[in-house]
Amino acid sequence: MSGEVEASTEEQQEIQDTVVSPEKTEEAKLKARYPHLGTKPGGSDLLRKRLQKGQKYFDSGDYNMAKAKMKNKQLPTAAAEKTEITGDHIPTPQDLPQRKQSLVASKLAV
Amino acid sequence: MAGAGGGGNDVQWCFSQVKGAIDDDVAEADIISTVEFNHSGELLATGDKGGRVVIFQQETENKSQPQCRSEYNVYSTFQSHEPEFDYLKSLEIEEKINKIRWLPQKNAAQFLLSTNDKTIKLWKISERDKRPEGYNLKEEDGRYRDAATITTLRVPVFRPMDLMVEASPRRVFVNGHTYHINSISVNSDNETYLSADDLRINLWHLEITDRSFNVVDIKPANMEELTEVITAAEFHPHQCNTFVYSSSKGTIRLCDMRASALCDKHSKLFEEPEDPSNRSFFSEIISSISDVKFSHNGRYMMTRDYLSVKIWDLNMENRPVETYQVHEYLRSKLCSLYENDCIFDKFECCWNGNDSVVMTGSYNNFFRMLDRSQRRDVTLEASRESCKARQVLKPRRVCAGGKRKKDEISVDSLDFNKKILHTAWHPQENIIAVATTNNLYIFQEKVN
Repeated sequence: MSGEVEASTEEQQEIQDTVVSPEKTEEAKLKARYPHLGTKPGGSDLLRKRLQKGQKYFDSGDYNMAKAKMKNKQLPTAAAEKTEITGDHIPTPQDLPQRKQSLVASKLAV
Repeated sequence: MAGAGGGGNDVQWCFSQVKGAIDDDVAEADIISTVEFNHSGELLATGDKGGRVVIFQQETENKSQPQCRSEYNVYSTFQSHEPEFDYLKSLEIEEKINKIRWLPQKNAAQFLLSTNDKTIKLWKISERDKRPEGYNLKEEDGRYRDAATITTLRVPVFRPMDLMVEASPRRVFVNGHTYHINSISVNSDNETYLSADDLRINLWHLEITDRSFNVVDIKPANMEELTEVITAAEFHPHQCNTFVYSSSKGTIRLCDMRASALCDKHSKLFEEPEDPSNRSFFSEIISSISDVKFSHNGRYMMTRDYLSVKIWDLNMENRPVETYQVHEYLRSKLCSLYENDCIFDKFECCWNGNDSVVMTGSYNNFFRMLDRSQRRDVTLEASRESCKARQVLKPRRVCAGGKRKKDEISVDSLDFNKKILHTAWHPQENIIAVATTNNLYIFQEKVN
């Protein structure tokens, strides 16, 4: 008898929590999916991630290769190896980035 | 009819213009990142992710057609910033224009400050409508004349030419920031301006590019102890010694530069007490202030956090005087908004000319007008479907749950990729500029 009463009080509390705070429900959902969230020590990961926004490259050569690859789709690519971070082949003159891209007008200014 | 800029809900808003491409395939460079009217409202500047600035000018009113409010047409466009590479940290520096701020006009030319993550530039935009002709030593096309053929002298004269608008960088303020610049604000003294990054605020003189004063530094000695970052900063509109900065923890600090050279200690701290029993994992994230703006009269300031807009009286630090829900229905969606990163979206907010109405953006290309004086609010949409000239915008309603009424849209149908982060209100008239991802909408008050 008393067990039943206890159980229903708990249920009521749960319902109350859900009704009172949709935020807490959402938090529970998130914790269920990512159990390690918020448990890592050493300052806020979120803040650190925010401070270091911006794509990192190995060096300026890598950066220029990446830019050239975006502009020049005909670049002969060796099999892209995920472990290589320095760009995937020694550049030859035709691979070097073209001269600075001429101004492409904003579509707002049409 | 020159509006007083008031009455957000007596005002009926109608479509005026839309700028930008119609296609759905948006190039990254075309994403609009800032929108700003100048002090007279005659010019409207936009910045984009590709580092470009486009300036529109309001055409002088057509007296014969009073209902056809003046339009904004392209005045000037230029490449403000280029992508760069930080060799020391091997990081790419984006060319995206984070903020544009206009200087008050002093002479025939217009000046604006534009900034990306690291570098602030002062641009001069000037008109040229005449050119000298009749040089003795040069032909009109610039080639030099053979001196032997010159037999007479003439005085060069200025002759009218087609209007040419030139933009030239007059100052480049570099190397002031280790972290990413999020705000710039011109001081009312018209000589200095501040720039703020995640951890520091610098004071610059508009004439001096090789030096700046650091006025706020919240970097902890040990970065492991970092608990909050600066999210926005602005000078007071009239008091040249006062500025505010907001934080990722939902606080605003007001600083007085007369008190000390380094304003690490605030003069006022604005913080709304939080009910600890309501605290959740999301609490701090959604309390992070994405924008802070002083009212035109300088008595209030407005802050925008993820779900609400708050109006603060500068004389009262312990709580805001007004709080408006922007899209409270998102509170029960925080889990998925965290997963898709939308919870980190930085919405801006703005005041109308007489500080009676404030505006901010939301998702699904919705934006909200919050009328302070009449305590009413309305949700409008910037969409290609309402693009007929002078078509009045219909209020939109979002259904949070339960039965969806006709004309309502359910929360789950909202398009979270269509965000309105940047909006601007003409300083005097009821004309607003609303930026969707890659389009700029201009709406005006319906004139009968």
